[in-house]
Amino acid sequence: MLEIKGLRASIDGKAILNGIDLVIPPGEVHAIMGPNGSGKSTLSYVLSGREGYEVDGGTATFAGQDILAMEPEERAAAGLFLAFQYPVELPGVNNANFLRTALNAQRRARGEGELDAVQFLKLARTEAKRLSMPDDMLKRNVNVGFSGGEKKRNEVLQMAMLRPKLAILDETDSGLDIDALKIVAEGVNALRGPGFSALVITHYQRLLDHIVPDRVHVLANGRIVKSGGPELAHALEAGGYAAVIPEAA
Amino acid sequence: MPAVAETLETVQAATEGGYKWGFSTDIEMDMAPKGLNEDIIRLISARKNEPQWLLDWRLAAFAVWLKMDEPDWAMVNHPPIDYQDLHYYAAPKKKAGPKSLDEVDPELLRTYEKLGIPLKERAILAGVETPDDVMPQVAMDAVFDSVSVATTFKATLAKSGVIFCPISEAVQEHPELVRKYLGSVVPTSDNYFAALNSAVFTDGSFVYIPKGVRCPMELSTYFRINARNTGQFERTLIIAEEASHVSYLEGCTAPQRDENQLHAAVVELVAFDDATIKYSTVQNWYPGDSEGKGGIYNFVTKRGHCRGARSKISWTQVETGSAITWKYPSCVLQGDDSVGEFYSVAVTNNFQQADTGTKMIHIGKRTKSTIVSKGISAGRSNNTYRGLVRIDRRADGARNFTQCDSLLIGDQCGAHTVPYIESRNPTAKLEHEATTSKIAEDQLFYCRQRGLSEEDAVGLIVNGFCKDVLKELPMEFAVEAQKLLAVSLEGSVG
Ligand SMILES: Nc1ncnc2c1ncn2[C@@H]1O[C@H](COP(=O)(O)OP(=O)(O)O)[C@@H](O)[C@H]1O
Ligand SMILES: [Mg+2]
Repeated sequence: MLEIKGLRASIDGKAILNGIDLVIPPGEVHAIMGPNGSGKSTLSYVLSGREGYEVDGGTATFAGQDILAMEPEERAAAGLFLAFQYPVELPGVNNANFLRTALNAQRRARGEGELDAVQFLKLARTEAKRLSMPDDMLKRNVNVGFSGGEKKRNEVLQMAMLRPKLAILDETDSGLDIDALKIVAEGVNALRGPGFSALVITHYQRLLDHIVPDRVHVLANGRIVKSGGPELAHALEAGGYAAVIPEAA
Repeated sequence: MPAVAETLETVQAATEGGYKWGFSTDIEMDMAPKGLNEDIIRLISARKNEPQWLLDWRLAAFAVWLKMDEPDWAMVNHPPIDYQDLHYYAAPKKKAGPKSLDEVDPELLRTYEKLGIPLKERAILAGVETPDDVMPQVAMDAVFDSVSVATTFKATLAKSGVIFCPISEAVQEHPELVRKYLGSVVPTSDNYFAALNSAVFTDGSFVYIPKGVRCPMELSTYFRINARNTGQFERTLIIAEEASHVSYLEGCTAPQRDENQLHAAVVELVAFDDATIKYSTVQNWYPGDSEGKGGIYNFVTKRGHCRGARSKISWTQVETGSAITWKYPSCVLQGDDSVGEFYSVAVTNNFQQADTGTKMIHIGKRTKSTIVSKGISAGRSNNTYRGLVRIDRRADGARNFTQCDSLLIGDQCGAHTVPYIESRNPTAKLEHEATTSKIAEDQLFYCRQRGLSEEDAVGLIVNGFCKDVLKELPMEFAVEAQKLLAVSLEGSVG
């Protein structure tokens, strides 16, 4: 699904990613862990095409396409979704309207028919209910006045509606209580299947108890310094990053 | 561009014909010679078959205007206007326009398409030539598919006693009403442009809603077909008798061609006890090209007089066009418990300049006003909110709420807020909130990551910013206005 080779990237001339190699096959969920500032969010922005993130080398292929050459919205339509570490507020923009505009923009780009307001609302209500979100969340303005937990759940709702092929979740578990965490995990697990892959960025084993990853990678100084199975996350939880990152010791 | 190019052509053609003083009014001509003087005013008045009092009124206004100076306090810049270099009267004339839609600038047609303007209407808006004498009929036909719809409108209005007609017709049919109210809200000496308008106005609308009548329809769709070619000095007068109600919409979301570069309209509203007037404007005159060449200069005086107790006047405007906008729709709240509202969205892009706002003059007790202004600047444009809230000594318990928000797109544009507050009554309560923000990169990226194009993202964010104003527009126009905002800001990001 996603194949990254030797990816290097910088911000304002400062090298942040120093050669990332990562392959996520279809249907797999991979976790990335790593100290603050190691480049986890940068990786997610580079993959999704944020302005100001300069690609200095390497390749990234997503569903057979060179995504680094695509506009952010083209990547989205191709099935890439990023759950933001800090979801953005859009004052005056109704959440349901935002979601419907987004969904229909993607459907249009893929040559699929658009959903009318009735079809959309039915779908949105079903998904919101599944994520234990009150209906009125759809009526509120995008992330405005949402609590930290609500913002994160709203990201997961968007993911559920947009049904991406690859979801990158950037610390979606941070700041969630245990119930919200379970809901988020269920949102991801519900999508799991042969056509869905995920890259879960997290600091905590507790999320990975609910979303069991196929692989765990440790990112440090813009490189993947160690990869392993789910047990690697447990080792990190017990011994900290020092155990796996020689430089950080 | 076309608007201005055509202005120049017309002007040239007329100048070459030579300027003759002392022409008599019985000469058949399409257009009065250039220049402004008493003879021209006599000509206008005679052509319109006006009574003596109206001619005298015009001449008095002209005398006042001669002694006035063009105001220079607004934050707008333009080369000096040569008032002697304009035509002040033109008979309805054949338009030298494109012969068919194929000849119309494809860019303009794309804009119409984006705005969702029906195909038939596009030809009219683009000024496609139609046989001269059947023009009005054709226009109606094209818009409504059938003349009978318009006729039905007229019949419905007449049945309820509502008068809705061109003001020149009202001068003939209802002279007592026009004489009583014309200039009673905006006196001829009010300001430079109002004086000019009073001297030379050629047409506009007249609305009279009798006591207790709720106007059976929005005076909007109807207006759309009738208001074309009312000229550059438009005069509108709306009178709402006791406990009556009317909603009036002027303008059009489609960019309109116009040969006249200078526009100076006057709108007067009068509301008696318990009457409500809702006046909505969508203004999208040609703004000039992306280099700042051409475009309409729009100097408008709009004022509503809440004469009666519990009367209410509400202005809603979406201003996206014109090279220069100078406009302050105001309310004089004289009746006790009367209410004034001003909801405004002003968008400027490229080199546009807008200096707009409102005045709320509180005279009656417990009068209440609300001001919500949303200014959006992009490109190298300048956008100024200028507002006055005045509380008279007698206005016990008056209240005002003002919310002024500016949104900047890019870093070469300007937003300015100039609120004036004069309170002479200690019991008044005034609240003022102002914000300035930018469309943030993270907002755009967030939208694009969800699949929206950059332009759609800007449109969505801008519409969100303007929501409190757009929801005040009549439904049918709210949707068009939303699209208009997005189209006006195209190319402003990235
Ligand atoms: N906009 C930016 N400008 C300059 N440096 C940045 C910017 N964003 C992130 N960085 C730097 O890049 C590095 C990686 O940041 P980030 O990807 O956010 O790390 P993580 O998500 O792993 O905590 C940090 O050193 C951070 O300070
Ligand atoms: Mg991060």
